[in-house]
Amino acid sequence: MTDTLLELRGLTKAYPGVVANSDVSFTIGMGEVHALMGENGAGKSTLVKTIYGLVRPDTGSMMLNGAVYEPSEPRAARASGVAMVFQHFSLFDALNVAENIALGMENPPAMGDLAARIREVSDQYGLPLDPDRIVGDLSAGERQRVEIIRCLLQDPKLLIMDEPTSVLTPQEVEILFKTLNILRAEGTSILYISHKLEEIRTLCEHATILRHGKVVGNCDPRQTSARDMAEMMVGASLHVPEKAPHEAGEVVLSIRGLSAPAPHQFGTALKNISVDVREGEVLGIGGVAGNGQDELVAALSGEMKTAAGMVVIDGREIGRLGPNERRAAGLCAAPEERNGHAAAPDMSLTENALMTGAVRKNLVKNGLLDWPAAKAFAEEVIKAFDVRTPGPANAARSLSGGNLQKFVIGREIMQKPRVLVINQPTWGVDAAAAASIRQAILDLAVSGTAVVCISQDLDELREISDRFAALNEGKLTPPRRAKGLTIDEIGLMLGGAHDMEVAHVDA
Amino acid sequence: MDFSSINPILLLASLMVAATPIILAAAGELIVERAGVLNLGVEGMMITGAITGFIATVTTGSPWIGFAAAAVGGAGLSLLFGFLTQFLLSNQVATGLALTLFGLGLSALLGQGYNGIKAPEFPKIDIPVISDIPVLGPILFSHDPMVYVGLGLIAGIWYFLKYSRAGLVLRAVGENHEAAHALGYHVIRIRILAIMFGGACAGLGGAYISLVRVPQWTDGMTAGAGWIALAIVVFASWRPWRLLIGAYLFGGVTVLQLNLQAAGIAIPVEYLAMSPYIATILVLVLMSAGRAPGSLGKIFHASR
Repeated sequence: MTDTLLELRGLTKAYPGVVANSDVSFTIGMGEVHALMGENGAGKSTLVKTIYGLVRPDTGSMMLNGAVYEPSEPRAARASGVAMVFQHFSLFDALNVAENIALGMENPPAMGDLAARIREVSDQYGLPLDPDRIVGDLSAGERQRVEIIRCLLQDPKLLIMDEPTSVLTPQEVEILFKTLNILRAEGTSILYISHKLEEIRTLCEHATILRHGKVVGNCDPRQTSARDMAEMMVGASLHVPEKAPHEAGEVVLSIRGLSAPAPHQFGTALKNISVDVREGEVLGIGGVAGNGQDELVAALSGEMKTAAGMVVIDGREIGRLGPNERRAAGLCAAPEERNGHAAAPDMSLTENALMTGAVRKNLVKNGLLDWPAAKAFAEEVIKAFDVRTPGPANAARSLSGGNLQKFVIGREIMQKPRVLVINQPTWGVDAAAAASIRQAILDLAVSGTAVVCISQDLDELREISDRFAALNEGKLTPPRRAKGLTIDEIGLMLGGAHDMEVAHVDA
Repeated sequence: MDFSSINPILLLASLMVAATPIILAAAGELIVERAGVLNLGVEGMMITGAITGFIATVTTGSPWIGFAAAAVGGAGLSLLFGFLTQFLLSNQVATGLALTLFGLGLSALLGQGYNGIKAPEFPKIDIPVISDIPVLGPILFSHDPMVYVGLGLIAGIWYFLKYSRAGLVLRAVGENHEAAHALGYHVIRIRILAIMFGGACAGLGGAYISLVRVPQWTDGMTAGAGWIALAIVVFASWRPWRLLIGAYLFGGVTVLQLNLQAAGIAIPVEYLAMSPYIATILVLVLMSAGRAPGSLGKIFHASR
């Protein structure tokens, strides 16, 4: 670490009812990879948006290269050499790669020259990319390359990366890190936001930890254990989920040659998926986003119907049944998107509890809704899963992501299903809530339910799965025992690095 | 029945005239929708343009001033829509429908005292030399200037969307307004400008009806042209040249069925009257392959 590139002094930003950042100060050196860590809602996003000119701080100041830095909008930030790769990609599906990149540049060259520059830079950093392809057709890893190259074309001094690895395979992560190391060697500073501790320990040389909007710690991640960092983030000691030993029983769910066409233009077709799940077993399904996860959940939950024999529960063919009939048969599902798919955001928790619980909890009598029973069921879920809310009359939207996720998963678990299908159970959920959700899933499995857990978080799958399989372009690999599976083996099951190559410059 | 009374050259020439109001209005709406806004108030903006243009022309005697006033009138009414949907975040469908009803009422109010007056003539320009070419001359090169303005508008919009930076930004805003905002583009400003452009074009289209096609003022005289313009934008998959084909098809079948009626063909008038709508929708549905702009009709608020 040499000179200081960016210095933050006492940044404070308050929104009505919540202080997002409170007196945040730290410095980023030239050519330093600086980690910014914290739970969801700790104020990381607000802080980087401030640096990128999307948010103006209430008080405090920033210095860039010794000069006062007050970006009024992202353009000004980009002009000063600050570039950002977003967590939820800021890309336009219907436009091609070159157009997407041009949109992120101040003075883009003519399209022909730009395409040549894209090829040149992508080659230099080992991130191959065809400028003419439509972004909607790209994989998540390729989409991220578009974002990174968009930044690199502007020779940034500071590159902000918000959770860059959440959608990548382990091999892709490795290649990304090589690219970042080249950038570091060239003198570019990187502000790296993540809550994946091992990544931070391999990549970063300095870390700032935020909690409730305040800086609660600084450390050198290479010298600090992951557990210590996690506890700094959470502010308490962490509970690691445990599974009581038990034997897997009879086959409950059989998926037999499940094939289905892609439901929409940017969807994925399912190709001949076959697997059995037994009583008390957790089948973990990994895979990079967009490889058929949503389609598989839809085919299992009944949102998408298939041939009758493709999905079988307890010997009964249910492929042609809708979601409520499948719930009656014992299959409950919790899709990935909690706002708008798993829950109706503007409806109360009681109404949301009623929507999937009606069949198994007998909440409908003679065609009429049994409100007292529905309310009791919602309260039961709230209590059992420690959902922080004033009461079941509150709208689902008013809950934080973690709390709503606990409610949505709890609602399915409390129905005591024979089979539970869940997609991304802890996506965007803080570590403490994630641990309690995982524990609940394990407890359910011990009680005899067959669980199918689809996730992109490989650490999560390794923690809770008995067997592991990977989805790759709509195909499922044969499941393997999760115990003893190394991260490299998992990476190969996920399909490895999709036509990525290691950077071939030594800078 | 006497088909000999139908002159194919006149038929094709009047097709270009019949299609022009729809081309103008639909071109504007195409830009609005590519920016991600669904303005169903085209009919209301057209009729407002029709009456403001008519009043200005009758008062000043100049159709050019009339067209300018129509563009201002249409854009002014569209600002109301823009304010409601972009700043007060009202529902675009409901606001657009209300705008149509409001425009119809407002124009009837403004038009009191103008019923039955004839507008000063808007002279055709016979383009020298080429308008004398047999057949092609009278069909293509012997129209009033607004016919060429409409064609130029389509070409200009095509070029703007395909090649210009501003066009790319406009498409980006329509495709994913969250991402455009994150990159620092002013979503609301761009949309307001697009809405005003759409209003101005719809106003021109309306004025073309009251100043050239009819040319006098009657309440509700746009008679659904705005709705056809809206439908053509969708069925043309938001592409300018397809939009031109759709508008010409509609104009062509309209003129043809009027001629057939005049010739006394033995098909009930009601079927003939519905034929342009059916033909246009059928052909454009068969052609359509495009995808709507990703953020079309969604409310944007920079709160995330």
